[in-house]
Amino acid sequence: MVLCINNLTLNRIIMKRLFLLLFFLNILIAVNAQKYMTKNGYIGFYSHTPMEDIKADNNQVAGVLDITTGDMVFQVLIKSFHFERALMEEHFNENYMESDKIPKSSFKGKITNLSSVNFAKEGTYDVTVEGDLTIHDVTNKISTKGTIEVVSGGINANSKFNIVPEDYKISIPGVVREKIDKNLAVTVTMKFTPVATK
Amino acid sequence: MRRLSFTFLFFLVPLGIFAQDDLMNLLNKDAPKEINYTTATFKSTRIMNGHSIERMPEGQLDVRISHRFGTLNSGAYNFFGLDQSNIHLGLEYGITNWLMVGVGRSEFEKTYDGFAKFSILRQSTGLKEMPVSVSVVTSIALKTIKFPDQTRTNYFTSRLAYVAQVLVARKISEGFSLQLTPSYIHRNLVATELDPNDILALGAGARLKLTKRVSLNGEYFYIANPKTYMNPQIYNPLSLGFDIETGGHVFQLFFTNSLGMTEKQFIGATTGQWKKGDIHFGFNISRVFTLKKHRKPANY
Repeated sequence: MVLCINNLTLNRIIMKRLFLLLFFLNILIAVNAQKYMTKNGYIGFYSHTPMEDIKADNNQVAGVLDITTGDMVFQVLIKSFHFERALMEEHFNENYMESDKIPKSSFKGKITNLSSVNFAKEGTYDVTVEGDLTIHDVTNKISTKGTIEVVSGGINANSKFNIVPEDYKISIPGVVREKIDKNLAVTVTMKFTPVATK
Repeated sequence: MRRLSFTFLFFLVPLGIFAQDDLMNLLNKDAPKEINYTTATFKSTRIMNGHSIERMPEGQLDVRISHRFGTLNSGAYNFFGLDQSNIHLGLEYGITNWLMVGVGRSEFEKTYDGFAKFSILRQSTGLKEMPVSVSVVTSIALKTIKFPDQTRTNYFTSRLAYVAQVLVARKISEGFSLQLTPSYIHRNLVATELDPNDILALGAGARLKLTKRVSLNGEYFYIANPKTYMNPQIYNPLSLGFDIETGGHVFQLFFTNSLGMTEKQFIGATTGQWKKGDIHFGFNISRVFTLKKHRKPANY
């Protein structure tokens, strides 16, 4: 009996120590896992056809970049895309993106060649980003080239790629098909600043 | 030791979940709440005959061409009314995002009309919750047809009629919108002593989306004044039809017992009855032009 109690006490002591150790280790790692964030990143798209040019801008893109893992996520409110023509904006939300039903689009991905970026040294690095792009509730795997710019006080991420509306089940009726480019040119410009992890 | 290993695992968990989903949660947690304004309660600035809550945004010009043909019961000889046509032309413009104005001309009594539509409230969710959109429409109509009695003194003011309407609309769901339109009309001159100068009416309109670009619309005005003694007797206007939207155009095709295309005419002077077959086929064509492009948001 006595032995048993002793064993239990010993266990408790070990547990307590481990508890503390892991607790501090956790904090340490959480601080080291450096995250960079922005709430006013830019995503725009451009469509050029002989009949009409369409351009939309969104300066309220939220994004996080974890430089220890290369994980990168973006999220955007569809209604924050603004067009030159008010009617285009209404059609974009009402007929194509169905923004009331599907208010957001997002990207979850990863920098695949993280080792080629030196986050400690200012400069521009070419990267490849791979991940899931979800638009109009349809998720597609994409892979695109871009740059990571390490600047003082932050990290900029830039990319240009094309998307095909039909890949995301965005149906474009025949009457206006000639007015919308088959490939929409998407531009992403994010200016991340570091976040303190809680 | 079993408890210990559980504790150990428990503490290992937070180390492993710094993945993309976690980053996404971080974004969602910090996402600012925004005001989400309801858009496209109706597809056009008219439900059928009457105004809808929609207005032209700033810098947009709406060119409207409307036709009402003769009655279906006029028979095959008149090609069921299509031989006869009444037309209204309108130019309407959004001055700001809360004020639109328009001018028009109807063949019916050779009437010129002008209106202003003010957006007072906009339905929204999110940071600001607003259950309905509210607009006020005021309009004036000037009939320039020759006075029937040339022998008496006719005043210019006798040609005028005024309309005031409050539009209260709610987009109840993605596919269904409803609007109530209390209306007041004052006519400076009426045909007989028994005809009221003031007309009070309550309008109701609805839109049911059938596909992304086609909707079924209905509109009815209940006229509160006793109508029996009016000369000619008037009836409550009822219109049923479709909105078809193609890019910059909206086509509205419908059947109505009213020949008029401005409030004063279709609320105050609808002489047709659905049950007798006094039904007019009608259409509105709306083409929107962007005169002033939106200021571009700051670009990188």
